[in-house]
Amino acid sequence: MSGYLEGVLVLLAVNVVFAYGAFLPLAAGQLNLGLAGFAAIGAYAAAYASNSWALAPTLAIVVGGLIAGVVALAVAVPVLRTRGIYLALATFALGQIVQATILNLEIVGGAAGYPVASFIRLPTIAVFALVIALIVATLFATRFGIAVRAVHDDEIAADLLGVHVRSVQVAAFTMGSVVAGIGGGLYAHHFSFIEAQNFNIALSITVVLYVLLGGTQSVLGPLVGAAVFTLLPELLRGSQNWRYVIFAAALIVLMALRPQGLVTRVQLRRLLAMNPQPRGAAA
Amino acid sequence: MTTGPSILELQSVSKHFGGLSVVHDLGFAVRCASRTAIIGPNGAGKTTVFNLICGLYPLDAGRIMFNGNDISAVPSRRRISLGIARSFQNVRLMPHLTALENVMVGQHSRFSGLSGILQPINLLPNNRWRAEARAALADAGLAFCESAMIASLPYGVQKRVELVRAVMARPRLLLLDEPAAGLNSAESEALQQLLDRICGDTALTLLIIEHDMHFVGTLCDHVIVLDFGSKVAEGTMTEVRKDPLVQQIYLGTVAKECSHAARCA
Repeated sequence: MSGYLEGVLVLLAVNVVFAYGAFLPLAAGQLNLGLAGFAAIGAYAAAYASNSWALAPTLAIVVGGLIAGVVALAVAVPVLRTRGIYLALATFALGQIVQATILNLEIVGGAAGYPVASFIRLPTIAVFALVIALIVATLFATRFGIAVRAVHDDEIAADLLGVHVRSVQVAAFTMGSVVAGIGGGLYAHHFSFIEAQNFNIALSITVVLYVLLGGTQSVLGPLVGAAVFTLLPELLRGSQNWRYVIFAAALIVLMALRPQGLVTRVQLRRLLAMNPQPRGAAA
Repeated sequence: MTTGPSILELQSVSKHFGGLSVVHDLGFAVRCASRTAIIGPNGAGKTTVFNLICGLYPLDAGRIMFNGNDISAVPSRRRISLGIARSFQNVRLMPHLTALENVMVGQHSRFSGLSGILQPINLLPNNRWRAEARAALADAGLAFCESAMIASLPYGVQKRVELVRAVMARPRLLLLDEPAAGLNSAESEALQQLLDRICGDTALTLLIIEHDMHFVGTLCDHVIVLDFGSKVAEGTMTEVRKDPLVQQIYLGTVAKECSHAARCA
């Protein structure tokens, strides 16, 4: 496999992981713009664990994800009191705090960045991405999955039906942060060097875009979104610097034509023919 | 008609929003297994009463007794597991879920803990909860729509799906907010048959807000009339119809009522 192809596929796998990290809270109706912050916590914690505690990279990455999850759980309760645009701003601020903290944390290199000694290649990263996609898909086939969607669609009705709205939101936010933290750990261990600038707001926004454009209705949405928007810029590479212009224009066209995202549940049903029996006449 | 144990009792309940008093010193009891209607002009506070009963708003004064216990301080989420379920004035199904998944949301109050929330209801086709929800839809004559997204279903079907969802919680008291509103006569009749079937095999108590007096007359055995947040009359439909005050504020004069009945016939 050429170095270029491996590079693109690593990026794809890491982006798929990040996309599931953004998808979990989005599916519950929360726009988390602090995703990069949790990715940073995961990246630095994993790097520190493998550098200083000599943990195996895979184990260190999982530990990094869990630490990101613990931080998410601690901040979820105050942060998730906010709604809509205020939630987006609060999580954005959270990401900024993490970034600023890292810049001042000399133990992980501060502004100079942090080298990571151990190294993982594409197969490990791909397996992580696959396992995470499978876990999220399985989770969404349980009662938790419909509870998340119910909260997304109508918090009041969900509450009156006995759904603990707050717990579902905190769980989705926390699990999303664990996944984002794992994505950060994978990134750190492949690129062998991390700095605070890797985890700025642009990362959060790009990943949220993957998910929104891929579609939040189905667990396939993040996968399709991350794949299309990682590979499309590469395919446009021939057009030199115009590729960013073409890419941005494609985004706008897509948002206008398919505001619900590339993958929707109605479309999936049609595709998989999950409804083979003929529709009876409307009663 | 007011004899027999009551399942729900409102005692001197008041609610105001800012300076606007919406429910004022309201008291009434709903008899066990009865079908009670709340009627009254628009703005009388009927839906607010429902919202107080299911806990969407806290009470300003008074208390609500359910099954002999004061539930005034019970959070809204827990009231469905006590046995209070409701439908909404404008259908509030989850638009991004299928009809079957909506019905499965209705089962939510019947389990607890991590093993409950992690039930693989959409993974295994023969899951117990899934089978139960499918049977309930089929029983209501709605099997054809189980995998349809809610937005694609006609309003009358949505209303029946919402009813099935509410019943999945196995409630003892079902609050229905204008179940017949916006339905044509065929849809209204289908809904009424479904209600009859649901009430037939359980000791379910119905509390219904409705403007369709024909619907109320055929379904309900007790009527409470509200105006400006207070009870102005109570009794059987026949008794309430004769009340001059009720005629004046809501039902209209006998002549008008007759012409309305003639139109409906």
